[in-house]
Amino acid sequence: MSTARPNSAPIAPQNPRPAMGMGMGRGPMMGGPAEKPKNFKGTMRTLVKYLRPFRLSITAVLIFAIASTMFAIVSPKILGNVTNKIVSGYVDGKVYDQVVSKLPRGMQLPPGMTGAKLLKLMPPSDIQRIPAKELETIKSLDLSKRPTIDFGGIGGLAMLLVGLYLLSALFSYLQGWIMSGVSQKVTFNLRRDISLKISLLPLRYFDNRTHGEVLSRVTNDVDTVSQTLNQSLSQIVTSVTTIIGILIIMLTISWQMTVVALLVLPVSIVLIKLIVGRSQGYFVQQQVSLGKINGHVEEMLSGHTVMKAFNGEQRSVAAFRSINTELYGSAWRSQFLSGLMMPIMQFVGNLGYVAVAVLGGWLAVNGKINIGDIQAFIQYMNQFTQPIAQTANIANVLQSTAAAAERVFEFLAEEEEVAEAAQPVALGKARGGVEFENVVFGYSPEKTIIKGLNASIRPGQRVAIVGPTGAGKTTIVNLLMRFYDVSEGSIRVDGVDIRDMRRSDLRRLFGMVLQDTWLFNGTIEDNIAYGKSKATHKEVVKAAEAAHADHFIHALPGGYKMELNEEADNVSQGEKQLITIARAMLADTPMLILDEATSSVDTRTETLIQSAMERLMKGRTSFVIAHRLSTIRNADLILVMQDGNIVEQGTHDQLLGQNGFYASLYNSQFAEPLVAGVA
Amino acid sequence: MKTLKLLKYFAPYKWFLILMLILTYGQTTATLALPDYMARIINQGIVGQDSNVIFSNGLIMLLIALFGGACMVGVGYLASKVATGFAMRLRDEIFTKVESFSLLEFNTFSTASLITRCTNDIQQIQTVLGMLLRLALMAPFMGVGAIIKAYQLAPSMAWIMAIAIGTLILIIATLFITAIPKFTQLQKLVDRLNLVTREILTGLRVIRAFNTESYEEAKFKNANQDLTDVNLFVNRLMVIMQPAMMLILNLTSIAVVWVGAQQINMGSLQIGDMLAFMQYAMQAIFAFLMISIIFIMVPRASVSAERVAEVLDTEATIKDPKRPIKAPLNKGLVEFKDVTFGYAGAEEPVLHHLNFTAVPGETTAFVGSTGSGKSTLVNLIPRFYDVTDGTILVDEVNVRDMRQEDLRARIGYVSQKAVLFSGNVEDNIKYGDPKATRDEVSHAAEIAQASDFIGQLEDGLESPISQGGANVSGGQKQRLAIARALAKKPEIYIFDDSFSSLDFKTDANLRKALEKETKGKTVLIVAQRISTIIQAEKIVVLEAGSIVGQGTHSELLRTCAVYREIASSQLSEAELARALSETDDQAYQGGQLSTGEAL
Repeated sequence: MSTARPNSAPIAPQNPRPAMGMGMGRGPMMGGPAEKPKNFKGTMRTLVKYLRPFRLSITAVLIFAIASTMFAIVSPKILGNVTNKIVSGYVDGKVYDQVVSKLPRGMQLPPGMTGAKLLKLMPPSDIQRIPAKELETIKSLDLSKRPTIDFGGIGGLAMLLVGLYLLSALFSYLQGWIMSGVSQKVTFNLRRDISLKISLLPLRYFDNRTHGEVLSRVTNDVDTVSQTLNQSLSQIVTSVTTIIGILIIMLTISWQMTVVALLVLPVSIVLIKLIVGRSQGYFVQQQVSLGKINGHVEEMLSGHTVMKAFNGEQRSVAAFRSINTELYGSAWRSQFLSGLMMPIMQFVGNLGYVAVAVLGGWLAVNGKINIGDIQAFIQYMNQFTQPIAQTANIANVLQSTAAAAERVFEFLAEEEEVAEAAQPVALGKARGGVEFENVVFGYSPEKTIIKGLNASIRPGQRVAIVGPTGAGKTTIVNLLMRFYDVSEGSIRVDGVDIRDMRRSDLRRLFGMVLQDTWLFNGTIEDNIAYGKSKATHKEVVKAAEAAHADHFIHALPGGYKMELNEEADNVSQGEKQLITIARAMLADTPMLILDEATSSVDTRTETLIQSAMERLMKGRTSFVIAHRLSTIRNADLILVMQDGNIVEQGTHDQLLGQNGFYASLYNSQFAEPLVAGVA
Repeated sequence: MKTLKLLKYFAPYKWFLILMLILTYGQTTATLALPDYMARIINQGIVGQDSNVIFSNGLIMLLIALFGGACMVGVGYLASKVATGFAMRLRDEIFTKVESFSLLEFNTFSTASLITRCTNDIQQIQTVLGMLLRLALMAPFMGVGAIIKAYQLAPSMAWIMAIAIGTLILIIATLFITAIPKFTQLQKLVDRLNLVTREILTGLRVIRAFNTESYEEAKFKNANQDLTDVNLFVNRLMVIMQPAMMLILNLTSIAVVWVGAQQINMGSLQIGDMLAFMQYAMQAIFAFLMISIIFIMVPRASVSAERVAEVLDTEATIKDPKRPIKAPLNKGLVEFKDVTFGYAGAEEPVLHHLNFTAVPGETTAFVGSTGSGKSTLVNLIPRFYDVTDGTILVDEVNVRDMRQEDLRARIGYVSQKAVLFSGNVEDNIKYGDPKATRDEVSHAAEIAQASDFIGQLEDGLESPISQGGANVSGGQKQRLAIARALAKKPEIYIFDDSFSSLDFKTDANLRKALEKETKGKTVLIVAQRISTIIQAEKIVVLEAGSIVGQGTHSELLRTCAVYREIASSQLSEAELARALSETDDQAYQGGQLSTGEAL
């Protein structure tokens, strides 16, 4: 029959996923359980909102998809008619030959002789010997010449078919072309919205999450949505159209054969359900083992030195082997079971094929249908299974898409930062006086960590924040910069409550040099100029000079134009710190927030950093997360933190006099080794 | 070509593979036989008006289909066993190999890359192999079989198949030659977008402080736009594939019918045979489609295979000697004799001609600026690296003559970056000595100043530690790492800058407790803070990989300029403390003394 029995056709590139390369992404590992969304309907509604601007394109996609499918559907029927024409021409020829062979030798049939006329001339006893069906054929035959296949008719139909196929291919391509555009634009918009949202969310949101979580919204989740849009939308339309169309045409050919063909479906559905149920169990097991083994590898390789130092090699390999064996057990079973789908579907398909061939053959013998019909029918049966499998899978696809889309939309719906003051106060030129009045704050409402802080800092004064690691020294920074808002009380800059200012105006007043030197992938000049967008090269160099950075920058390949790489590890930690100081220097703000911690910096660079920081602080109100005694001793105010609280405040002498936490911290830190050193 | 070496891991599956070959042959024969019988049904049954032929052939077809299905299930079973089994062996092999590597190999490959090779790359190989075993064996059988069958039926129509397959290969080749460079570009753009996003997330505070949100948004938008553009191009290119395939298939059937009709008319072809030919043509086309996909897939997967093979090909540089010597003494004496060390391929050695002795019962400390080689020096003792020149003796035996295990059993090592393993607190401490009793574990925790926080945990010693110790703070991690080394009760302790995450108070208490615990042992400390090592019996000062001074704190202050520089940069506090105690006019050391007393 003119039908492709595409054994293993499922691998055919129905839906290339370009980002992953041909089918390597999902591979034969189908049958993984789908993730379920919490609110399917609501999510879909939001998704539809994103699609609304493209409704014209989408309508076009739908029309093209339906048209392409319809053309594809009518073709087998026409091809069947071609076959019928061939068959009837061939059969007529055979009958003619038989009739002619029975004529007396040398007898010529005159022009205009038909089968009916001939039969009248024949003796009735002869006629009775001819089967009834053949008799019919003979009656309608024109015996004046040997009947041939109706090439004119076939040619016409063939041309029609070529036209239909071309149109179908064209529409199918147009549909895909438009849909790619739509899905890419929607993807673009989703990503853009996420990036805009990042700026609007309070830091609280990010401090409670890993970067990976947010990152996977931008990449994985958006990709999932994009792929579904790209493929599933038109697939649904195509599949449904195909199923309905084929069903109708099949019924017009033969209802008996249609029933047989449909009987095959429940069989395959039951079998598939059975297998999928089983394979999902193994699939989950496999994922668990895979997670375990990856975890073990990651852990052992990152702790390689420790593992070696403690002679843990054999222990590690033994643990690995046992997980590996476990993984093998579930991996081969899940691969085998999910791989069973294909042969089973194919076997069931073959069953249907045989059933239709036999039934069709029998019906043809009895004159109910023609050979071309059988051919068309088998072709339809083949086209039928794929859309049904697709439709069955669409529920899963939509669900995991909704789950991904839901995470994206949840992110986009997160509560944003408190709105700016209605009539924001702008400080023209700030002097840098800061007052804390009765400030109460906690990261969560249940746990207040700052309970009524009062402090007054005059312009140009220096505040040292001290305390052991993890005592929450950055809390003050968070409050000053309004990364977090105070729960009660107020912080005032030059007498203005910082909540009455625009956040950007407030932050413009502060320069910031943190221990975590944030530099980005770009040139050194870009990184320094980050604090002042329209800075000239001269200004950048001047700032770098003041920050003792100019010297080493000149020594780098490319100087100011050198690109910092992705990890920004092509300059040393200390050099990075100098660059951030230069950045703050250039921003030239009335107030400063500094973190003195300089870990993994060599002595000479540390001296440079110290002196650069000292220069930076001159004349500016500074809040310093202090590590050096000199800074602490010279501070106008020391805030002592422990477990998130400000437990003491005052000058160095006052605090030593109190003989409290600060005093004990100070003693343990600086006093003891000095005694021992001489001992 | 290293990939080919991996083929040897197929050896245990030789019979499986042969059986698969036989089953695949059976399967394709079955599939190819069906159209034959179909043709018989048409030629003899329908055209010849014989229902018996229809039923008997139908029955045969059913049996053939069943046989083919069974073969295919068998192939699937074998393929999954071979693919996953192969992957298991390979995974085992590569992991065991990597575990035997020294730090040198870790540096050449990078830890992250080794992790990917042990996990993702193997998984990739497994997936592709599973698919290949099912398809790669069948497709050629199928393609060749279908062509032969079709040719036997109607040699005069073979040219139709040739054209169809030729066009197919041409289209696929063109598409992929255009697309593959774009795939690479796509990956780069995805990375770029990730990078920009990660930068924004990590720099959130800085971005807000400098009010540069719009700048970052613009940067993101550019990355987003670039990615979208290339994605769109690739997608629109790949959308050609399906309609083109369908068109080829359909036009082929029309051509077969058109040409076939003429042959039938001339009596050189039967109707059933024409229809069978059509089916063989389809099967051949699909087979070639599969073959071309395999050709596209294999090179991409072989990248993973190559990366795995590369690791398996690498020999660990540090190996146990053939005739290991067991050190007769068990005291912990460490001697460096003219030790020079440089990384392979580096122009300059990191350490030059080092000579010193670390004696049991004493603390030997190493100071120097970043990059002076302190950590590298102590890493040589447990043979994480081998010396380039000179010798290191532990208890008077060259470390290279001992078994690594024996050597390391004597050493309690606490690394710069504290690393914990998943499990619970006790497991982690016992990692030093799996036979340690609960009391010994508690004692180690006590000394390491860890019992306070362990006591506060819900399940005490049994509290879970997540992967890499992510659920405890840096300081806690460091204390547990110290407890782990203590539980081992070694002769030699190495603390590689292990106190940096501790606050000063804990640091001081810990050192006091350690002093008792490590009595009579050899203690080596690498430190940044002078205060940590000020009381060491011997301080070794390193500068650019050479020893520039050895002695006690007070000796070095007098004799070593580098040490004085480091000390004064850090101990400026001490001067201030001295100022505080109003003993300005006293000598430097005297000042310190009185400061101590005053407080």
